[in-house]
Amino acid sequence: MVNNDQPVVRMSSITKRFLDVTANKDVSFDLYAGEICALLGENGAGKTTMMNILFGYYTCDAGEIFIKGEKADLSSPKNAISRGVGMIHQHFALVPSQTVLENIIVGTDSGKGIFLDLKTARKGLLELQERFGLQIDPEARVWTLSVGEQQKVEILKALYREVDILIMDEPTAVLAPAETADLFKTLRSLVKEGRSVVFISHKLNEVMDISDRIVVLRNGQVVAEHRTAETNARELANLMVGRELLENIEKKELPPGEPVLKIKNLNALNDKKLAALKNLDLIVRQNEILGMAGISGNGQKEFCEVLFGMRPPTDGKIQINDKPLKFGSPTASIKSNMGRIPEDRIDTGLLMDLSVEENLILEKHSSADFHRYGLMKSQKIHQYCDDLIKRYGIKTAGRDAVTKSLSGGNLQKVMLARELAGEPSLIIASQPTRGLDVGAMEYIHQRILQERERGAGILLLSEDLDEIFALSDRIVVLFEGEIMGESPGATASREQIGLWMSGVKA
Amino acid sequence: MGEILDIAFISGLMGATMRMATPIIFATLGEILSERAGVLNLGIEGIMLMGAMTGFLFTFSTGSIWFGVFAAACVGMLLGLLMALLSVNLGLSQHVSGLGITLFASGLAMFIYRLHFGAPTVPPIIEPFQQVALPVLSRIPVIGPGLFTQYSLTYIAWLLVPAMSILLYKTKIGLKIRTVGENPVVADTVGVNVTLTRTLCLVAGGALMGIGGAFLTLAHQNMFLIEVIGGRGWVAIAMVIFGNWDPLKGTIGALIFGFLDGLQLRLQSVGLVIPFHIFLMIPYLLTIVALISVSRRAAVPAGLLKPYRREEKGG
Amino acid sequence: MIRFRIIKREPLPGWAKIVIPIAAILVTLILSAIPILLAGGHLWKSYFYLFYGALGTRYNLLETFVKASPLLLTGLAVAFAFRAKFWNIGAEGQLLAGALTATVFGVHMGSFPAVMVLPTIIIAGFLGGGIWASIPALLKTKLKVDDVVSTLLLNYVMIHIMGALLFGPLQQPGSSWPRSAAIIEAARYPILMARSRFHMGIIISFAAVLIIWFINKKTIFGYQSKAVGINIRAAHFGGINTTSVILWTALISGGLAGLAGVGELCALQYRLIMDISPGYGYSGIVIAMLGNLHPVGVLFSSLFFSVIIVGAHTMSRMTGVPTYIAEVIQGMALMVMLIFLLFTEYKIRVMRK
Repeated sequence: MVNNDQPVVRMSSITKRFLDVTANKDVSFDLYAGEICALLGENGAGKTTMMNILFGYYTCDAGEIFIKGEKADLSSPKNAISRGVGMIHQHFALVPSQTVLENIIVGTDSGKGIFLDLKTARKGLLELQERFGLQIDPEARVWTLSVGEQQKVEILKALYREVDILIMDEPTAVLAPAETADLFKTLRSLVKEGRSVVFISHKLNEVMDISDRIVVLRNGQVVAEHRTAETNARELANLMVGRELLENIEKKELPPGEPVLKIKNLNALNDKKLAALKNLDLIVRQNEILGMAGISGNGQKEFCEVLFGMRPPTDGKIQINDKPLKFGSPTASIKSNMGRIPEDRIDTGLLMDLSVEENLILEKHSSADFHRYGLMKSQKIHQYCDDLIKRYGIKTAGRDAVTKSLSGGNLQKVMLARELAGEPSLIIASQPTRGLDVGAMEYIHQRILQERERGAGILLLSEDLDEIFALSDRIVVLFEGEIMGESPGATASREQIGLWMSGVKA
Repeated sequence: MGEILDIAFISGLMGATMRMATPIIFATLGEILSERAGVLNLGIEGIMLMGAMTGFLFTFSTGSIWFGVFAAACVGMLLGLLMALLSVNLGLSQHVSGLGITLFASGLAMFIYRLHFGAPTVPPIIEPFQQVALPVLSRIPVIGPGLFTQYSLTYIAWLLVPAMSILLYKTKIGLKIRTVGENPVVADTVGVNVTLTRTLCLVAGGALMGIGGAFLTLAHQNMFLIEVIGGRGWVAIAMVIFGNWDPLKGTIGALIFGFLDGLQLRLQSVGLVIPFHIFLMIPYLLTIVALISVSRRAAVPAGLLKPYRREEKGG
Repeated sequence: MIRFRIIKREPLPGWAKIVIPIAAILVTLILSAIPILLAGGHLWKSYFYLFYGALGTRYNLLETFVKASPLLLTGLAVAFAFRAKFWNIGAEGQLLAGALTATVFGVHMGSFPAVMVLPTIIIAGFLGGGIWASIPALLKTKLKVDDVVSTLLLNYVMIHIMGALLFGPLQQPGSSWPRSAAIIEAARYPILMARSRFHMGIIISFAAVLIIWFINKKTIFGYQSKAVGINIRAAHFGGINTTSVILWTALISGGLAGLAGVGELCALQYRLIMDISPGYGYSGIVIAMLGNLHPVGVLFSSLFFSVIIVGAHTMSRMTGVPTYIAEVIQGMALMVMLIFLLFTEYKIRVMRK
């Protein structure tokens, strides 16, 4: 239901600069009451930045904001909330060790004087839950909740503060298809009462499904605005990227070779000493990409950590090229000729404050090529790194440039260069294109296919079903530490995969 | 050996335990407040020394011992504010800011003392606190005389322990503090002023630390010596970890330390031959042992040690 | 309303690395005017005697080097450890451990050939400090115990160990003071410049600068410890044995501090006393930070501090300003340096709304 009167939010000529990057260039945006408006754009287009400004988390360098007709001075989230604006970020703003109730009421004025009044708050919360059908136990500690449930807590948090302009940043990134449907139901009931929702996403299909209006951003500027009913996916895709989006993924028909990875009966615990992997069996062959789909939090992290040598399993056998893998030692994994692309390239994969060179030689620095009697052979190292930078097209000021100055796509290229240079027989790539722009994504997809042709076996973990479907020769789904099922890439059905992702063993 | 089981001995020991524990309780509570808000305050040793010196100086100059306590608290607040400026507003490394303050405050304390008193052969003294016997309670057999005949500051410490628990767990501001310490981003997005919260906790914590230091020159002893704090600030840091950041549990740790401190003197006086210095070592060793046992299940505030800056575009 | 925000700035050019510490020192000296004036000292006279007392005569200048030597070693010790994010606040205890170990050997090696004595003592002192530092390192790597607290507490444990020994087995026979017997003649560091106290230990400490610089810059271990300090998780992922790196870092760091203790024993005191260190281990922390954790920076900041400490004594005698001003200046220098370092990476933006 779209209300055509005064916009409930008007952002006028907003500009925001960070150091050397202009994230928002003279952006203008209107939001009306009772509508779900999508902000569409690829990663890095400036959608989140723009909304962070509306939420008062960032301050703009130029421009004005009007909320319900009045000029708004949004210098902090506190101001924004008091004007009825709430934002749910991609990484939930919840304290895992506290209860749902505590998370919801922190910072609000409920209570008698200086004391918390948990009883009244609880009552109020339960009423809200009833109204909107968001049932969660108020006394549960947040870390025990599923991701979908945590998102509900975030929504309740906003509703408790009587927010009527709700911004959601990539809300479906961490949801199973069933949970996404649930969320959409909730959003529709929210706007029915006149509230507005801004839905930030880069997922075309979902945006077409849920929104009333779509605003497209590209490179920090608004490039288009359409009623959802009046446009289509192809047109939007073009607007998002500025050209034809269809990625040219050509997969050569290759018969899979010998197994490079054999996993039998793998069991592992997570940090909370609960079972993360349960009796997992898996095989990956040469010339093959095995796509592992699944929502984050179902054991992918622990699975990769076991393979990478960062976490010893409690049971099971892993063989790489028929040689048993020694557990709990990253060195052993490296020596087994495994290329490892971790999910978190910033905290786990790379040393951001060191130079590009220092990152490229991380795994090889002690190899005979690069040292003598404990001294590093600078010349040889320089050559090696320059060569890698050229081969992988890493855009950097030089091998001495500090790594954190690189863009997301180039950071991943550094990772790839480091891990693939040794022509590994097994490659584990976890969420390799997450957060990257389309250009970088394409490069990485091409690279993965090249490695497949070269003869490597690749295990690709990804939350992006499009990616999984496009690249995989076989698809498996990980749910609560178990493999739910396997399907050949060519004939797999989205519905089946979606069911498995939700835990339905059909 | 029989003397150890003597009622007077036990009674004296209990009294000494409370006495020796008092400065540590103050310091520990002050540190818990800071750390719960996410700031490790290593300036504690220096703040306590400044508190001790300031309290002594003001008492000496004005003759009012409570004024000395007040002055010590004020100095503690100022130093807490300095710590906040460095580590919260400017976001400098908490480790180094804190140590810098300890070094600076220690130097300043000695400098000002020397300036005011010079270096006389007989150190100046003041009229210290007298112990106060609580009316009914101090007549309870065995534990009465020891436990309930204490300095006023000790009684205040007793009251502060539950007060701090209530503050942290039952008030709105306590929830804010805990949230800031666990995840400042969360707190910021619900409108809690992270900087202000941390600053206030550091200032209030500093006041407590200052008072803890003053106890040593105004009650425990009646003069100021350079080594008067003797590492008790660091013990408090350890007690915070030992007590899992909880006021009550941290106080228990402080009491254990006080017990050992008091025991050591008493065993000396009954002629038990354990080398003096070995004994002095035991509390520190035990603290280390406690740290080892605690480190496994530590409930560290997740936001501890991380400076919070809003404008950094998330990587 | 005027509001301040701290935001990232463009990286500064290379010369900033040298200019910033110098600027910090100058600002500190200027700020020192405040305590000097408070003490009633005449400002210019005080500054004059501060520098004259440290640099004005041949003896003073050499004495400045004498004082700089232990500071340089503890500064290197702390800088080396901090670089790998091993928060070694225990340099004081490690210094004492080194002095203690050296005393045991130095007192009892009378029957050994003279040429063996000094090398043995130096190695023993190095190992003594190194092993003392390995304890908290083990606690950190195997049991996740916080290194700040454990290194700190061990300082006090070592002080009491020393006390127990100096009132016990190591005590000089016949004395009632906590002091050891004198070390043998062969254990004394040779004096290198006549009519001064300029001794061999000073050369050792300068050599240490070169060695540590070399380790950091050219060796695999230097690369590994840098990586561990930057991001221990990524270093672990990349195959570096982070436990081993931290243990060796602790060993070397403690060893350097131990050497400082050996120096004080064998060059100045000739016997072990309780006050053998007036807080050199703690000063080392300030010196390391002021030197930006770089060996050459540590060299210059230890010289700066030595000038302050030595000069403060003369200043005190001539102007009546208490010697503790040295500690005050140290503390201020640290904070000024921290703030300056901050502004190499960030700037303040004033916002008006």
